[in-house]
Amino acid sequence: MITNILLTGVGGQGILLAARIIASAAQNAGFDVTTNEIHGMAQRGGSVTAQIRYGQEVLSPLILEGTADAFGALEPIEALRYSHYLKPEATAVVASRPIIPITVSSGQAVYPDNLKERLNKTFPKLKFIDFDAIALEKFKNIKVANTILLGTLSTGLSLPGNAWSNAIAQCVKSAYVELNENAFEYGRNL
Amino acid sequence: MKELLSGNEAIARGAWEAGVKVGSGYPGTPSTEILENLVKFKSDVYCEWSPNEKVALEVAAGAAVSGVRSIVTMKHVGLNVAADPLMTLSYIGIVGGMVIVVADDPGMNSSQTEQDTRHYGRLAKVPVLEPGNAREAIEFVKQAFDLSEKYRCPVILRSTTSVSHSRALVEVGERITGAEANFKRNPSQFVPLPIWGRKLRLKAEERVASQIKDAAISDLNRIFNGNGNHELGIISGGIAALHCRDIFPEADILKLGWAWPFPDELLKDFAGKVKRLLIIEEADPIIEEHVKSLGITCEGKTLVPRCGELTPIKIREIRAKVYGEKFEMPLPAAEDLPGRPPILCAGCPHRGIFFGLAQFDVIVTGDIGCYSLGVFPPLSRTDIILCMGGGFSLSQGMVKAGEKRPLVGVVGDSTFFHSGITGLLDIVYNQGNSTLIVVDNRTTAMTGHQDHPGTGQTLMGEPTVAASIEKIAEACGMKRIRVVNPYHINEVKEALNEELSVNEPSLIISRAPCILKERKSVGQALAIDSAKCRNCKQCLKLGCPAIETAGGAKPKINAQLCIGCTLCQQLCKFGAISELPPPPQT
Repeated sequence: MITNILLTGVGGQGILLAARIIASAAQNAGFDVTTNEIHGMAQRGGSVTAQIRYGQEVLSPLILEGTADAFGALEPIEALRYSHYLKPEATAVVASRPIIPITVSSGQAVYPDNLKERLNKTFPKLKFIDFDAIALEKFKNIKVANTILLGTLSTGLSLPGNAWSNAIAQCVKSAYVELNENAFEYGRNL
Repeated sequence: MKELLSGNEAIARGAWEAGVKVGSGYPGTPSTEILENLVKFKSDVYCEWSPNEKVALEVAAGAAVSGVRSIVTMKHVGLNVAADPLMTLSYIGIVGGMVIVVADDPGMNSSQTEQDTRHYGRLAKVPVLEPGNAREAIEFVKQAFDLSEKYRCPVILRSTTSVSHSRALVEVGERITGAEANFKRNPSQFVPLPIWGRKLRLKAEERVASQIKDAAISDLNRIFNGNGNHELGIISGGIAALHCRDIFPEADILKLGWAWPFPDELLKDFAGKVKRLLIIEEADPIIEEHVKSLGITCEGKTLVPRCGELTPIKIREIRAKVYGEKFEMPLPAAEDLPGRPPILCAGCPHRGIFFGLAQFDVIVTGDIGCYSLGVFPPLSRTDIILCMGGGFSLSQGMVKAGEKRPLVGVVGDSTFFHSGITGLLDIVYNQGNSTLIVVDNRTTAMTGHQDHPGTGQTLMGEPTVAASIEKIAEACGMKRIRVVNPYHINEVKEALNEELSVNEPSLIISRAPCILKERKSVGQALAIDSAKCRNCKQCLKLGCPAIETAGGAKPKINAQLCIGCTLCQQLCKFGAISELPPPPQT
């Protein structure tokens, strides 16, 4: 059996680090694992996705739409944009704070105003949380928003706790390991 | 030991393990990280960013004819630039193994075309190997060096975006000792004058004939048996073959790791064992046409899309067509979501130039790099893009064609050294009239900040001579050369106003370092005083992602994105934009 995880957000939000932590956790737990990242032009403020697959043997690194077991979005409309990847019965963890795209600021498009309603309709199981606010209030550092989300997302995955804590230690600069471990734990209990 | 490596990291690691001594290339997504990882072994391997792919291939060829193993990396369009030396190198051959890594971009994630590099194998008569993931990449690159030495010709290793940028657990090994450089003179081998060249041409054909036989027994080509009833056989390659194994578990699958020339005996044998044969290949029907040329009946592009990446969902759709099943494609929640295209970063120095250009009725011939994003609204100031360096030469053609509006050619600094210089030379030599702009942000930005001949540093991390764009232009005979600070809008406008009005070519160098590379702010973050703001929307014409507004509200500056470039402050007629108070001292 293969577990599929899709992360999405906007360039600069820390999606790729979150993907590396998940992959390391799966490797620590003894699984074969693959990841796929969108690079290049997407770095310039475009939408970014990362895919992680783990199991006994993983061939393709790409997730078939409709089969993601876990889904984390660091921005609400990016959650909607990739919602078709999620299995119907699985949980979506979505950060509630919008990042207004330039197409909206320049008047070419409109940011949807009924976000909560649309997300609820799209994702029957939804955790809709202001991770940015938690990161600032509890940890005084907005950069751990992705790690808090990862903690929340991890409750839907069957990887042991020490696989996660080792993964954080492997992927994060040593000065920030404790901060990220605390942020991860906080997210697990949301 | 197993490590989680991307395809590009695995290629670099495999080359190092194979004893490679020289690595060259020009940055291009999705190939860039290969050399960036190979240079981590710089005590064993000399690595360089060459000015362009042609030079890079020639450097690697020079190393390989001297007897050492070499690798050269580029994206698919880079091989067009390097095609000239490739064709001749195939004739004269090499001594030490030489691998040409070319990363294709099906789906055009960050490329202007979707070309299929397998064609070049056939054109140049050199083998093409095609790994499907990082695990295969490390093995294939080592085999590529062995095959290169066996046949004394370069070998192309073709990757694609999803191979280069996906990670898998890879078994890593130790480095073998490579041969030392010791060039042995042999003009009849290395000088393709017709008298010798005709013989070399015959040799190339003989070489291909022996490769066809060797490929039929090579472990680069693998058969994965399905459920044993042999109803359906699939021939595929690269990462698409891995998707096929996931989505057609019942089928027998022949995965061609040696993508050209084809293993004819193996193809015939495989086709004879299955009742229905399907070719699932990304891009062009190269396998399909060859299989049909052998007189074998098969299906292919009637069911398989030619364009775009063959993602798992597309192969799932093919499966439905093969079996005549109904299949409903899972669709995104909404088509009406606002797009989030890539844009010039908040504080990008290119913004000042494109905003300045937007004040004039000119035609802008652009180029490949971050500044191609100047095409998007609200800046909308690039009219045509052809290729690296084309930003200059295209303008000359329009001027000579008699276009009435002024022509502005824009290239980047790395692009200037890549192939912009010859365009500038042409415009001066042939008495053109374009206003040329080098948007010089002191790095190769779009691909992730690689050095180039103008930065004063090499890929090996050593300080070196920094080539001067001004002096090169001057040496080419350019008389009007000026440098502007793109963060000063009036300076930009004045320069454009003057240079557009003269009746001779001129060069404007817009010089300010890429803010992503520098990782520091230009100034203090700014804020908009909503009491003073009249909502005139002038600041929004910059297309800066730090200035946010929705639903007609007065714009606000996102302090986390703003780096204090002050362009918006210079534009605001009501003095509503000023520095945020500095953070309290702690």
